[in-house]
Amino acid sequence: MNPRLRVLAPGLLTTVQDLGRVGYQHLGVAVSGALDPVSLCAANALVGNAPGAGALEIAYLGPTLVIEAESTRLAFAGANAAIEILPNETAKFGNRIQNMRTILLRRGEVVRVGSLSDGAVMYVAVEGGFEIEPVLGSVSTYIRGRIGGWHGRALVADDRLPLRRNSATPRAESRLQGLNLDPKARFRAIIGPQSHYFSKAAINTFFDSEYVVCAGSDRMGMRLEGPKIAHVGGFNIVSDGIAPGSVQVPGNGQPIVLLADRQTTGGYPKIATVISADLPALGRVPIGRKISFEEVTLEEAQRLRRERLVATDRICDCVVPLEESEVDVTAHLLSSNLISGAVDAHALT
Amino acid sequence: MSNYKVLLAGDTALVVEFGDSIDPQLSAKVLSLARRLNELRPEGLVETVPTIRSLIVYYEPLVLSTAALERQISELMQDLQGTEQPGRIWQLPACYDARVALDLADVAARTGLSQAQLVERHSSVTYHVYMLGFLPGLAYLGDVPRELVLPRRENPRPSIPAGSIGIASSMTCLYPMETPCGWHIIARSPAPLWDQRSETGALLAPGDHVRFEPVSLREYEGLLTRTKEGSLRIEPHHEPLGATA
Repeated sequence: MNPRLRVLAPGLLTTVQDLGRVGYQHLGVAVSGALDPVSLCAANALVGNAPGAGALEIAYLGPTLVIEAESTRLAFAGANAAIEILPNETAKFGNRIQNMRTILLRRGEVVRVGSLSDGAVMYVAVEGGFEIEPVLGSVSTYIRGRIGGWHGRALVADDRLPLRRNSATPRAESRLQGLNLDPKARFRAIIGPQSHYFSKAAINTFFDSEYVVCAGSDRMGMRLEGPKIAHVGGFNIVSDGIAPGSVQVPGNGQPIVLLADRQTTGGYPKIATVISADLPALGRVPIGRKISFEEVTLEEAQRLRRERLVATDRICDCVVPLEESEVDVTAHLLSSNLISGAVDAHALT
Repeated sequence: MSNYKVLLAGDTALVVEFGDSIDPQLSAKVLSLARRLNELRPEGLVETVPTIRSLIVYYEPLVLSTAALERQISELMQDLQGTEQPGRIWQLPACYDARVALDLADVAARTGLSQAQLVERHSSVTYHVYMLGFLPGLAYLGDVPRELVLPRRENPRPSIPAGSIGIASSMTCLYPMETPCGWHIIARSPAPLWDQRSETGALLAPGDHVRFEPVSLREYEGLLTRTKEGSLRIEPHHEPLGATA
């Protein structure tokens, strides 16, 4: 029997994502990829995969998955969540484990990821990765284009994702240490490309105000609500390319920050662009949070990009052995109801 | 040398803007720069996306500095030919039957044309493909005859079927897949507009020319069946079909 991960419950929006489908935007194909590539790379690093290997991206509410392989090592990284391991499909209760770690599961065992707290996304990587054919060079799911991932869509119940490995390598479990994956509240941005569609006062409003991330935000764009940004003249422009992090302002003056699944071209003026170094942290901001923006120069943005890429390259240094005592203590405390809900990843370290 | 502006789109993309209107001459310059930049392929160039009036250039600034990229663009602009490359010419079947052309009657009423005149006007033009964007293989074509220029629908539809041909402003669009849409749908094409298994994915490319060939509903259905089987091959012509856009 081929090794698989079977979906008992899909969660809100669980998709396969890697670092995106670069090079096909001229055909109208969105780049897609992880909303938070740093957490994706961290999850992969935990199980020894290539940093940009395809993993499951979970949004807001996680899936319940059954192991259909001899043994499988999973890793979790990103927003906090109640992660529970159940002995089989019919079990009602199991053991809670921490986020930001690996765990070895055997055939028939079940992992249940609950609601995410303190973040919009978390990633589940599988040691060895999924056996999924890349489409146009990537396994990222691009739902609107029905391309990539698992049949070009989010997971649904009874999906069975093929795994590369039937059994996990014999080695100790690991956890992440010294990696901050918290969402930020302040994001740096470069003004433009269409800042000339806005008055100086409107640009000041954008940089001086707080905006709330509202419902309707998705993998395409983060819809913000706050002080209205007025246009000078019209708000329709002839279609133009859309870079990641572009802040477009439609007629209602409420900005939308364009994310991984953004359309390749669009017709609203863009007041500013969030810098590439801050995009992973932006991707993890959940609905309801307040965020604000700060103007930086191109030079500063590129210096920060270098720092971010160097840090991501060294993500393996954050992977440390998981002491068995830690596991026992957590399981014990949880089973005795001495601690509850979302376990802080660093609470016991 | 052409007038152009280079705009920052964050720290990993530049926008080379040739103007802010829908004009085949601007489009020709955009496509010409895209072609030349891709031939040159400087190390650190990630991808280029031609749009109606600008070229967005994605790059890795840690390999190719913004200044060096701007310099290369400026050099290419020195002797940029604003003339159109001879694009491919496609004759695409289009079914204007009201049973699939959701807004045909409405557009006829709005424009004061009969349905037959509307079909005649829309299919009498050789269109220029300005860009692919928004969805895989979705082509933006222009310019539609002046009498067919309409603003978008007040109420966008939550979903239109694959193959729909829409009009809005001076453009006409071919939608390869089901999507929400605010354009007026006046026909449907059975042509295989997008196939992720094929080498190029999209049937059309910017700079191509397209004419619509009216077909009956019955013909449309027959051709659609062949597209679904993967057996419908539509080949482009390479000679001019009379006046081009």
